[in-house]
Amino acid sequence: MAEEIKAGCARPTGGPVGEKPKAKKETPQEPIIQEGKSMVTVGKKAPDFAAPAYHKGKFINVNLSDYLGKWVVLCFYPGDFTFV
Amino acid sequence: MSVDSVFVHKMWDDHELSKMVKGGIPFPMLSDGGGKVGSVFGVYLEDAGVEARGRFIIDPDGIIQGFEVLTPPVGRNVMESIRQIQAFQHVRKTKGAEATPSGWKPGKLTLKPGPDLVGKVWEVWKTSMAFDE
Repeated sequence: MAEEIKAGCARPTGGPVGEKPKAKKETPQEPIIQEGKSMVTVGKKAPDFAAPAYHKGKFINVNLSDYLGKWVVLCFYPGDFTFV
Repeated sequence: MSVDSVFVHKMWDDHELSKMVKGGIPFPMLSDGGGKVGSVFGVYLEDAGVEARGRFIIDPDGIIQGFEVLTPPVGRNVMESIRQIQAFQHVRKTKGAEATPSGWKPGKLTLKPGPDLVGKVWEVWKTSMAFDE
């Protein structure tokens, strides 16, 4: 029987079922400097990015650096149609 | 910005948001499939595959002046974000000569940090000023 999904703020997600993904062979490695992980600190430069966007009827591409010279409020949220 | 596609953004704006905001959403609704940008900003929740309610105030030089991150069920306070932007703009305008104490809003007392003010804040600033009358 299919289980009903309780609608919440987080988007329901799927994933692999059954067979567990093979564990990666653990080879001792030099500690890797984590790139792409959070590098956000107040008083420091915001990491630049490019992202597709919907803006007033058009699909556009936005670079954060397009807004240099202006104040920017960058807001993340869990998902469209998620109530709050 | 969310992990939704720009197509879903359009549907959400067309069918719901434009009914709340006249003319639809005035700013770009950004798409971050896979949460790559969210990961860099530390707001991507890997287990849920979505982004937390992160809000970053970025100044004209591209410097992050402040941020706030909430888990999904609790919404933000827009007026508090505006208050913070006004305060950062004031500090920037004075080139850092003035600082804005707790609860500051435009028109309220600012402080001019310097040797003469050390230990003397209590004389000019009262805790009641942290609150809205």
